Amino acid sequence: MDTEGYRDHPVRSYVLTGGRSRPTRNTLRPETLLCTVDDGRELPSHAGRHQHTLLRTCRGTLALAEVAAYLRLPVSLVAVLASDLLDGGFLALRSTATHDLPDTELLEEVLDGLRSL
Amino acid sequence: MDSAASDPAGTAPARARHLAATVKRSVKVLVVGPFGVGKTTLIQSVSEIPVLSTEESITTASVGVDRRTGEKSTTTVAMDFGRVTVGGDTALYLFGTPGQRRFWDLWSGLADGAVGVLVLVDTRNLADSFEVLDQLEDHTRLPLTVVVNEFPGAPRHSVEEVRTALDLPAGTPVVSGDVRGRPRAVQALTTLVAHALEQRARQAAAA
Ligand SMILES: Nc1nc2c(ncn2[C@@H]2O[C@H](COP(=O)(O)OP(=O)(O)O)[C@@H](O)[C@H]2O)c(=O)[nH]1
Ligand SMILES: [Mg+2]
Repeated sequence: MDTEGYRDHPVRSYVLTGGRSRPTRNTLRPETLLCTVDDGRELPSHAGRHQHTLLRTCRGTLALAEVAAYLRLPVSLVAVLASDLLDGGFLALRSTATHDLPDTELLEEVLDGLRSL
Repeated sequence: MDSAASDPAGTAPARARHLAATVKRSVKVLVVGPFGVGKTTLIQSVSEIPVLSTEESITTASVGVDRRTGEKSTTTVAMDFGRVTVGGDTALYLFGTPGQRRFWDLWSGLADGAVGVLVLVDTRNLADSFEVLDQLEDHTRLPLTVVVNEFPGAPRHSVEEVRTALDLPAGTPVVSGDVRGRPRAVQALTTLVAHALEQRARQAAAA
């Protein structure tokens, strides 16, 4: 993996995210599912290149970590970008991200699913 | 979809492997263990997509500043991961990470809400796994399953020997096999999820 490109991240991240280092919502985890809202609205003109790429990448459902890998950006940075796009209604959460543990019913379904792989 | 022409800076992402439209939720397990123990191998054995990787930068502020110079430096830590869709509507993610807690903390929310942890061990270097297990026991209450990755020529220990050497919490499942094969890797996952369910049932009964 290209580690050279990450050298300047602390500074670049700061600029790219408009000076914030944390997303405005704390519900985004690496496995949170995201999907672009396809309602024909254009991003505001001040939106950055990475936000455009993020929306293009999420035309189908992907987890936050997958988006970060495809964009070659840290998950923490993509969480901030995604958070802004969620606030603006350009991106939607596919899964309801909660901080609860997966419930028993979900675990049973996962177990059945694994057994029939 | 992402043509180079529309992204002249050359940052067009590799063609994304989207989830099926039927998938509406996700769960995750962590795959931890020392370098070279077979984390990426296990993840690739199960994953429906080629293993992906992402990096996070870490400053020496979190790992200890150089005392002589007082300088901070930045280094990066990689996490690789894969996914498998189960039951049509659930994406199961497998996140591979070195066991040290200071590394997981880089990925905020990585351990939160996880189904459990697959702890990979190599019988040639059992002691390398002590720190990982200490971290897991001290900082999480996640269900664990130990996966003994059987490298050729590695000493074969009985499950009881491994359990004793690693001083595992009572009831922690231990499975072994070659994680290059999908059946073994899937079996490790089913064992972990079944254990998580049992632990849940025991807690409910005790409450
Ligand atoms: N013979 C054998 N080799 C393995 C097995 N699992 C992993 N390896 C090899 O061991 C090396 C390290 O594995 P890797 O998955 O990259 O370890 P990681 O650092 O924990 O991600 C690779 O060259 C794998 O091909 C196994 O079960 N048997
Ligand atoms: Mg690896």
